[in-house]
Amino acid sequence: MTRPAIVAVVVASLAGCSPERPVAVGAKKFTESVILAELGARLAAGPGVTARRDDLGGTPALWLALTQGDIDAYPEYTGTITRQILQADPPDLAAALAAHGVRISKPLGFRNNYALGMRKDTAAAKGVRAISDLRRHPDLKLGFIHEFLDRPDGWPGVKRHYALPHANVQGMNHTLAYRSLVEGAIDVTEVYTTDGEIAQYDLLVLADDLDFFPAYEAVWLYRADLETRHPEVVARLRRLEGKISEEAMQTMNAEVQAKKADEGRVAGEFLFRELGVETAPAGPGLAARVLETTVEHLLLVVPSLAVAILVGVPLGVLAARRPRLGRVVLATTGVIQTIPSLALLLFMIPVMMWLVGQGTGAPPAVAALFLYSLLPIVRNTHTGLTGIAGSLRESAEALGLPGWAVLWRVELPLAAPTILAGVRTAAVINVGAATLGGFIGAGGYGEPILRGLDKFDIPLMLEGAIPAAVMALAAESVFGLTGRGFARRG
Amino acid sequence: MTPALFALNGVTKRYAGRPALGPLTLGVPAGQTTVLIGPSGCGKSTLLRLLIGLVEPDAGTVAFDGTVVGPATARAVRLRTGYVIQDGGLFPHLTARGNVTLMAHHLGWDVARVTARVRELADLTRFPTDGLDRLPHHLSGGQRQRVGLMRALMLDPDALLLDEPLGALDPLVRADLQTELRDIFRALGKTVVLVTHDLGEAAFFADRVVLLKDGRVVQDGSPAALWHRPADPFVTRFVQAQRGPQIPAEAP
Repeated sequence: MTRPAIVAVVVASLAGCSPERPVAVGAKKFTESVILAELGARLAAGPGVTARRDDLGGTPALWLALTQGDIDAYPEYTGTITRQILQADPPDLAAALAAHGVRISKPLGFRNNYALGMRKDTAAAKGVRAISDLRRHPDLKLGFIHEFLDRPDGWPGVKRHYALPHANVQGMNHTLAYRSLVEGAIDVTEVYTTDGEIAQYDLLVLADDLDFFPAYEAVWLYRADLETRHPEVVARLRRLEGKISEEAMQTMNAEVQAKKADEGRVAGEFLFRELGVETAPAGPGLAARVLETTVEHLLLVVPSLAVAILVGVPLGVLAARRPRLGRVVLATTGVIQTIPSLALLLFMIPVMMWLVGQGTGAPPAVAALFLYSLLPIVRNTHTGLTGIAGSLRESAEALGLPGWAVLWRVELPLAAPTILAGVRTAAVINVGAATLGGFIGAGGYGEPILRGLDKFDIPLMLEGAIPAAVMALAAESVFGLTGRGFARRG
Repeated sequence: MTPALFALNGVTKRYAGRPALGPLTLGVPAGQTTVLIGPSGCGKSTLLRLLIGLVEPDAGTVAFDGTVVGPATARAVRLRTGYVIQDGGLFPHLTARGNVTLMAHHLGWDVARVTARVRELADLTRFPTDGLDRLPHHLSGGQRQRVGLMRALMLDPDALLLDEPLGALDPLVRADLQTELRDIFRALGKTVVLVTHDLGEAAFFADRVVLLKDGRVVQDGSPAALWHRPADPFVTRFVQAQRGPQIPAEAP
């Protein structure tokens, strides 16, 4: 790629905007939210309007993305709005949200309440039927998703409200919690009352006998400015008001979760059945999906690696020329490498929000991957340059070459195999770490991997994992061959 | 006496606080071959580096053709001086031709001029034409040394500095190359400064020998004077230490 082309790709991916931005419907990382967002994205699309679904994570991330304008709408639950987002129970919910520039739709029809669930045989053996019965069994093992562990309307609230004594509480992924419960590794987990798994595993939903959990009615939250930008989209989203019954939601959840059906197909069928709306048939086929995630993955890897080379090599040269400054540079890039990649990715969200005004999607992922790719390139450039025999540098100087020409004509070519080995390491790390982009809606191979983890859908996980491994091997061999070419010459 | 091309005036050089050279005042006459000789660590290589500003003196001045050698002038001096080190100091990523022409390309010589000059130098140094496109590690030690010499002569410099140029070669190749080198020096009539620790080699090349010990000049004169008029007992010891083969008598 030519240098201007690289710059163009970087700028485009950092800015991340096309002239007519598609309407983005956000989803939390669990099946029901994904299905609802899929329904929303399919309804929102129409003449002159494109729409897409963004899988973004938990409630705080979605709320932030909505208020900052990264997404235009997302499905939420009334209980979550009062307990977690506003942390208040205002008499006029719509007015309270309007203060944040957010509108709320009427309820979509079903409730998805939090509840605690157990295996029926365990519950019978312990004589547990309601949450207050748990007080008599402090030895039970509890497992909840991390968000539930933190939310005031989650475990901390339940524990206080019911004065529960349990200390043995683990945090885990929702799907994993169900499997642990079924296999007896834990005794109690939180469930959503519309979860397909309740019926699938024949679980007991404990009665909320002291009335802790509020009602969680599904609604749309959308940006107030969506009404002026795309009034027709708001009208189309609101066609779902009162249309999704509890059974319909449970059925859709079970289709996707237990039968591994594609959420796009399930959503499309529902829209046709209930509203007579015809949307794009199923999602794209396997080849088209892999092609799309490959392009997205490359748009994360190539710009971040290119910028890392353009910055890392000069930093390595600087480190080799100025030993004292070099120690600082090497230590700094080394420290960045020790930050867990997911933490670095999340840290980049506010940073990129501040820098380019976009906190989700590609920009924070590219920024994190850039930082992550620096160390191998800087260190190998430094090693390659300092490893050159002093007599060779002296010979170059004695010829009368000026300093930059000694670097360009002699030192960098001599260090090239080592530098390329660093770039190769960086590329492989980069391809692997880019899968984490799935956590913040950056697309790429992480998307199917994370969806697959959520649904416990192994083929879907492999749809991301296998191409990621292939791309890593490809990067490895491309840079390996180039490096060997240099080594043969040198 | 011919005018000095290089002139050192009260030069001292210290490495990590320890004196390495000087104080030293010395002129290198133009058009002659001056050999710097002495035991390891006597400062002869440091002296050579000082001449083209690869090393800066702590005190005193080094002048080339009347101009003081410093950071601002060193490049100009180097362009008028060829420099050859042991084993040629060739860049391993460039072919023999690439090594020889690197500086000419950098200066923007046109292709015809570069090609003509390389052919001329290959003839002069008797370097085989088919070796020009080989990488240094595919050349013999003697060939590498010839490439090093061609590279040093490419810009037709006024002076040629050689630091133990034949030190890495086996005796037969070395003897051949010594003869060739001396012929080349005589043919070109350039100012040559050669560093060696081999007295035989020094006597073979030198119009004038400078014997150094602990960074100071012990004796400065003709090769014959070292043998016949040693300046002090060290010179005598140094001369006697270089012995030829002692052949035991054959058993009857």
